[in-house]
Parts: sequence; structure tokens; C-alpha cells
Amino acid sequence: MSRPLRLNVGLAAAGVALILILRLIDNDYAWYTGYVILQYVLLAVAWNILAGYSGYVNFGTAAFFAAGAYTTILLTKALNLDLLVCVLAAGLVSGALGLGMGWLTLRLRGVYFSIATLSLAVVLQTLVVNWPYAGGSSGAYTMRPQGYAVFGNYSEFLFVLMLVLALGGIAVAAGIERSRLGLGLATIRDDERAAAAAGVPTLRLKLIATAISGGMMGMAGAPLPYYASYLNPEAAFSLTHTINAMAMTLIGGTQGWVGPVIGATLLSTLQQGATVTISSAGNLLIVGGVLILFVMLAPKGILGLIRAWRGRGDTA
Amino acid sequence: MLDPVLIANAVVSGLLLGCLYAIASMGLAVSFGMLDVVNIAHPAMMVLASCVIAALCAPTGFDPLLAALLIAPVFGLLGAGLYRLYHLYFERRGDEAMQGLAFFFGLMIVIEVSLVLVYGADQRWVETGYGGLSLGLGPVGLPLRMLLPALMSLACIAALLLWLRRSFTGRAVAAVAQDRDALRFLGADPIRIKTVAFGLSVALAAIAGGCLIVVQPVDAHSGHVFIGRVLAVVILAGLGSLPGTLVAALVFGVIENVTATLFGPAWSPAVAFSLLLAVLALRPQGMFGRAHA
Amino acid sequence: MNGRMTRRGFGLLATAAAVSAAAGRGVAQAPAGEPIRIGFSMPLSGALAGNGRPALLAQQVWAEDINARGGLLGRSVKLVFYDDQSNGANVPGIYTKLLDVDKVDLVISSYGTALIAPAMPVIIRRGMAFVSLLGSSTNEMFKYGGTANISPVGRRMNVDFAKGFFEIARGLNPTPATLSIAGLDSDFSNRAMESARWQAREHGIRVVYDRAYPPSTVDFSPIVRAIRSAAPDLVFFASYPPDSVGLLKAAGELKLTAKMLGGGMVGPQVTAIKAQLGAQLNNLVCWDVYAPEPTMTFPGTAAFLDRYRAAAEAKGAETLGLYAPPLAYAQMQVLEQAVTRAGSLDQAAIGAALHREAFPTIIGELRFDQTGEWVEERNIYIQYQGVTGNDLAQFKQPGTQVILYPPQYRSGQLRPGFPAA
Repeated sequence: MSRPLRLNVGLAAAGVALILILRLIDNDYAWYTGYVILQYVLLAVAWNILAGYSGYVNFGTAAFFAAGAYTTILLTKALNLDLLVCVLAAGLVSGALGLGMGWLTLRLRGVYFSIATLSLAVVLQTLVVNWPYAGGSSGAYTMRPQGYAVFGNYSEFLFVLMLVLALGGIAVAAGIERSRLGLGLATIRDDERAAAAAGVPTLRLKLIATAISGGMMGMAGAPLPYYASYLNPEAAFSLTHTINAMAMTLIGGTQGWVGPVIGATLLSTLQQGATVTISSAGNLLIVGGVLILFVMLAPKGILGLIRAWRGRGDTA
Repeated sequence: MLDPVLIANAVVSGLLLGCLYAIASMGLAVSFGMLDVVNIAHPAMMVLASCVIAALCAPTGFDPLLAALLIAPVFGLLGAGLYRLYHLYFERRGDEAMQGLAFFFGLMIVIEVSLVLVYGADQRWVETGYGGLSLGLGPVGLPLRMLLPALMSLACIAALLLWLRRSFTGRAVAAVAQDRDALRFLGADPIRIKTVAFGLSVALAAIAGGCLIVVQPVDAHSGHVFIGRVLAVVILAGLGSLPGTLVAALVFGVIENVTATLFGPAWSPAVAFSLLLAVLALRPQGMFGRAHA
Repeated sequence: MNGRMTRRGFGLLATAAAVSAAAGRGVAQAPAGEPIRIGFSMPLSGALAGNGRPALLAQQVWAEDINARGGLLGRSVKLVFYDDQSNGANVPGIYTKLLDVDKVDLVISSYGTALIAPAMPVIIRRGMAFVSLLGSSTNEMFKYGGTANISPVGRRMNVDFAKGFFEIARGLNPTPATLSIAGLDSDFSNRAMESARWQAREHGIRVVYDRAYPPSTVDFSPIVRAIRSAAPDLVFFASYPPDSVGLLKAAGELKLTAKMLGGGMVGPQVTAIKAQLGAQLNNLVCWDVYAPEPTMTFPGTAAFLDRYRAAAEAKGAETLGLYAPPLAYAQMQVLEQAVTRAGSLDQAAIGAALHREAFPTIIGELRFDQTGEWVEERNIYIQYQGVTGNDLAQFKQPGTQVILYPPQYRSGQLRPGFPAA
């Protein structure tokens, strides 16, 4: 079996195993928590496609995520489309948004791109707030059915959907890492001017990466209206999504898809746990503190720690 | 429909608001624009200062603007220490772009949550003697609640500009922004100069905090409203141009208030940020900036 | 029929109020068996924490009260709650945790629409009875039978909310002809403004300024100045705490005058803002849910406020407790009475009991329709009168927050004009 095939089979097997285990637990809480954790896995992997592979920091995760969520709200309301169609549409909308953003600002130094994405979130949120059809500032309700196709329980369906999306996202990220695109992005990250001088089509590669990354974030947001039943702009554009996607990736490590997966799983499990144990503002303090400690003491994240430890083992 | 008095008033109150944005942005213009340290915790530091000032002034009746001047050196020292840490862990390693950004992001969360834990979720405010008073210039009204912080802001910015131009350290700071290697020839230690400059930027956050608490009550999350605006102002100005930052902040305030007066307040944030996106797309070096690499 | 229920209701209330006077009736036996666990989420951090924390304190006061009284169905009561951080996305997970893992016996809601609605699908799937706190027409979309909502605005907020304001204004001489509306662009405020427009049409009052402003607004002077130049007779604000302060400060500085000013402002009800604005509140005619006037004392109200204030002083937050706390306490009383009437923890029976009879509570007698909203809305309008300085004790006294509407609670006369002379 070739390496990519092995990875994809492995991912599929892990997914099936996860579903079976949760079925054994058979409890809504497991589906709900699992959904949130996987949503952050997808967001972190998507964020890392731009940040880790090409070195561009996106502050607008919430904007792309919310664009996906609002695509679902609008399509459900206007055409009553199926959620699966909405997910695809959300991917296209947020992908296009990423392309537009990239075209507008990617010719600039990285930090301008970061700030432009932050303003994108403000502009989009103002648009949604002033758009009565999308629910405006009052927010929009999305009624979920009891079940879906073979799933008797809608929460289980949402979990499986997010699982498929997250595993798909990982497969895409792993694919990019091995492809010419990934190599090109790495040269940009290392030295953009040198890459451009060597004939790497930097702008085009960055645009592709922004579009893919944005599209994946949109897909992560698409099922949210069904998950939450009620969504208002404040919740959809919450800075939490941006902070988490970034913190999780940096804690896990940015060098490959494994980093964000580890970081998102650890940090969001910790958050979910803290919500129902510590249950106070102290919860967020942990996220901030862990983030600071990691970027100071372990700049390459958990992945870096593991590699360093392994490396030491080899030489010894 | 276009009432000239209304528009004159909108412009004037926009200028006053712009002065608040200016002092809030000025520290970031120093740290981000001149030192290349993207301190996104800057607004959170400002709110931290507001809360500390409120805690000092509310029971004693001490003036918050004076209190801001008193705590500014303390904040400055803390800022200098913070820069040393930042330099040690990020700049020296060459990791500042992403890791440094995340560091300040984490710092912002820690400041905000600590404020909630210490001061609770309620608003903090300070009662001032001039709170409800207003100065009339013909048909144009100048509320002292906005005017005094605006004057304070302008005075501090003037002092800052003077210092950068006249004093040796000030000129060294300006030189750091222009050319890092040039400093070596001057015989100044760039790290030391940057420590001073970063401390100064955090001290400016403390002064901005004093102005803010006079203008409005704050809670732990009040900084969020300002993050986008101060970054926009600094970029709009062109990184590192301090007079440009002042002008951009005033433009930002006037646009916001005139839009609110003429078209209703619902669109005013979008107009201001669309301006930023347009500037980024068309003139990336900012309105007043030099072309940046 | 009605009389019988009322008597029975008062009987219940008498027991509720008489915490210590239970001798000979056997109610104060020490609760036995496993405690009944009541689960909920509450915003203890984030934007809604300012009301979430006091609400929780009131619920804890209730839990102490009921345990001292012999518990619920003879069992002691334990509250199981988690912080939802004012973030709706946390809510579904918390409620599934409460129901699946903690296996709580009863659930109540978090605070406000944004935190109630995300719990609804979970609640409906389990068929739980659900008493919610200050939602606005949350159940309109779900049409779930087992809910009751503790919110005085009633089912037709878009129409009824501002009624009192306009009824009071009708008493002005000469009758007002023009109105300005300004409010925060958010769910609650938008509904309040809609109601003001509706009532203005009803009363033949012309709207001369009508704008919503975004939550990030820093400077309110453009709004107040535009209103001043439109020179309306009436000014109706629909605002949240931070902007209530901004609007009233700007109104003071720019010398905005009107025959009557106020409306659906959320903020002056809260202790921190009362302390902040002090005498600037005088003559403001403002929507409210409760005021310590002699016309609004119900059995148990004073006792609750004493208990709550003692607990709140210790924590140093929301020490007056006139807004969320009485409503939160009433939320628990409604649940308690519904469970007692159902006689068991059977959720369908409790859910049905929510709509059958009236519930005597510390905020008066409540009745819920099939959607869970109050059968009769009770949007109170009060006027701040004779406020001097920033001393908080004056807000505990009657005569400071004079009730002008509805007529059955009216406790004083309108002082026309704003600001106060």
C-alpha cells in the first residue's frame, strides 16, 4: 500500500472505530462533545494550511466559519436545501471569500493580511446584522428534525457529518503537504522573496491555500445552525473561534497536520472538561496560560517536543 | 435635510472621539509600527489601566487623568520587563511572527479573565466633577467628558513627538524604526532602546486607559471594541508614522460620527473598516507611510 | 373556580413565606432520601454575567429556603449548574451532560433568549418540563408544550411592550404629537422599538427620528444630537446597560429636553448603573419588572430581598437585587409548585401543571398560556423621583421608583419633563 492510501485507510478506520465506541456509550453528551472537538480539529487543520505551510496568520477564522453557518441559514430558509448541500455550498462561499481576501491583501507583508482578515470579520458581521432576512441582530432559528436517513438520532448524524468533514480535512491537509503545492508553500514560508525569484508562482499558491483553508472553515461552520438551533451574529462571529483555532495549532505544532489535530483534541477536550468541572471564568484562563507557556517554552508545540525527545533517544 | 449645524457638531464630536482613538492607537503605533512587535494585547492593557484607575479613584475622588499620569511609569516598567521577556523568548529565536503574536493573544485572554476574576462582571466607572458639564462654542457643544481626555491625549502625543525629535534616546528610537544597523554605528544598544520604546508604548496604554474611563464606564471586555479600530488606525496611517496615526485616528472618528449622523449609526463600523480594506488594497503603505517591503 | 385556585395558591404561599412557623404541620421535617437535583447552565462569565451571577445567587437562596422548609416532595434539593460563559454554543453540551451524565431530575433554563434557545432541542427530545428565565418568545418557533417563561413582556412583545409608556404620555398636557426612537440593534431592543412604533401609530403620534445603533458604539452624541435637532415631544430609548449610560450621559451634556424621556432601557434596573447615574435618573420613565413600592409587595418579597441582599453584600455585586433576582426566585417557585401539584417527578405531569393553575410568587400571581408566556403581560413603567446623590439605600425605599403603569400597581403621579427641573 502506498503511503497516502495507507493514511486514508487509517483515517477511515479510526473514524469507524470512533463511531462504534461512541455508539457503545450511547449518550447524547458524547455526540455533542465529540462534535465540538471535531469542529475544532477541522478549524485548526484548516487554519494551519495557511499559517503552518505558508506562514500567513489568519485572524478571521470566525469570519469564514460564520460565513459557512450563515450560508446554511440562508439556504435552509430560502430553498429548504438539505444540510449536506448546504455544507458544500458553505465550502464554496467561504472558499470564494478566502480567494477574494487573498487577492486583496496577499501581495502585502504577512501582518497586513492578518489585520485585513480581522477587519473582514467586522465588515461581514455588520452586513449580517443589517440583513433582516438572515435574522439580523435578533438571530435565526433552525429547526432540526428528530433523525436523518439511517440515523435515528440527529445528534449522532451531526457528529458523523463533522467526523467525515474533519477526516476529509486531514486527508486534504496531508495531501497538500506531499504535493507540489505544499512544497511551494514551504518555500514561501522560508523566504518568500527568494521563492519568487526562483520562479515559484507565490501569489497563485497563496491564493489556492487561502481558498482551501477558508472553504474548510466554512464547512466547519455549516452544521452549526443545526447544532445550536439558534444562532445570532455575536455567537457566530465570536472571537473564541479565532483564538481557539490559533491556540490549538500553536500548542500542537505547525509543522504538519498532526500538530493541529493533537492540539485541537487536547485543548478542546480540556475546555469541554473544564466547562463542566471548574465552570467559571477560570476556564479561559487555562487556555490563555497554556498558550503563553507553550509558545515560550515549546515553540514547536507538542509535535516539536515529541520530535526532540525522539531525536534524543536516537542519539543516545 | 443637510443641517450644517448638525454636521459641524458631528465633525467636532468626531474629532474628540478621534483624539481618544489617537491616544489608544499611539502606543500601538510605537510597538507595532516602529518596533515591529504586534502587541494585540494593547487594548486589553488599556482596559486594565482603566480598571486600576477606577479602583484608585472611585473611593478617593482623585482625578482619573492625573491618576493615569501617576500609574503610567508603573505600566512603563512592566512593559519594559515584558519586552525583555518577548525578546528573550521570541525575537532572539526569530519566532516573533507567529509565536509572538500568539503570546500577546494569550496575554490578552489572561488580562481579561483576571479582570473578571478580580473585579467581577459589573461595569467600573469614576465620578468626575466635570462629568455632566459642557462647553458651548456657538451652536457647537463640547462635553468636558470628551474634551478633557482629548486635550490630555493631544498633550501626550505632542510630548511624545517632541521627545522623539529632541532627545538622544528619542532619536535612537526613531532610528530603530528606520534602520536597525544604523544604531550600532551610533553606539547605542538596540535592545535597550527597544526596551525603552516598548515600555513607553505600554505607558501610553495606561494614559489611554485614564482617558477611556473618563469617557465611558468599562468592563473586562471593553477592549474588544478597540482592537479592530486601533489596528485599523495604525495601518491606515502607515506603520510607524506617529503624526499620521493622529491624523488617521481623527479621520476614523469623524467618518464614524458623520456616518452615524447622516445615515444612521448601524453602518458606521462597516464604513470605517471598508476604508481600511480599500487602503490596504490600493495604497498598502498607508495614507502617510513610506513604502514598506 | 378562580377563587378556589387563588385560595389554594395563597395557602401554598403562606407555607412558603412561613419558613419557621411550620410547627404542627409537619412540613419542616428534615428532608429524607436522595436529593432532587436541579440542573441548569448560567452565564457566570462573559457579556451576560452581570445578570447571570445575581440570578444564580437568588436561586441558591431559594434552595436554602426550600431545604429549610422540608424540601421538595419530602426530598432535599441540590442545584447542579455550569457556567455557559454567555456563549450559546456551550449550552447544548451542558444540558446533555446534565441529563445523560449527571442524570439530574429537573432542569431550568439559563438567562436570556440566546442561552435558552440552544437548550430547547435537547429539552424537547427528553420531554423535560422547562421553566425559562427572560426569554423573548423563544418558544414561538419550537411550540413545545412543557415550558413556562418568566418574563413579564408576555407573548406579544412587539405590540404590548411600550403600551405603558404611551398610556402615561397620554396624560401629558398638551398631548404629545412627536416621538423619537433610538435603540440598540439586538433582539430585545428591536422588539421594544417595534412595539414603540406600533403604539405610536395607535396613538396618532408622528415618529420624527428612528434609528438603531450597533453594539460597538462608543460615542452616543451623534444620536442624541440628531434627536435634539428633531425636537420631539417624547423620546423612547431601547438600550442595554453600557449604552444606557452612554445615552443618558450624552443627553445630559447636550441638554436634550423632552416632555417625557425613557422607554425600554435595560440598565437603570441594575445596581451598578443606579449608583453611577444617581440624580441623573430623575424623571426618567423606564420599563421595569419590579419596584419596591407598597402597591407591589407580595407575600415573601420583602423576606426574599432581605435574604438576597445579605448574601449579595458579602459578594459585593448587584446588592439591590431588583431586576434579575426576584425573577430567578420566582422561576424556582413556579418549578416548585408545578412539581408539588404534579405530585411526582413525572415530566409530562409537571409540564401540564405549568399551564393549569396560577402560581403565587414573590413577583405576584403568574399564569402561563399554552406557549409558556404570561397570560397577562406586565410591563411596568416607573419614574425615578427625588433621587439625590449616589447613595444606594434610597433605591430600597418606596417613592424613589414610582410606578406609573399599569393602573393596578400605580403608586404616584407623573412628573412631566426631562430632565427634572
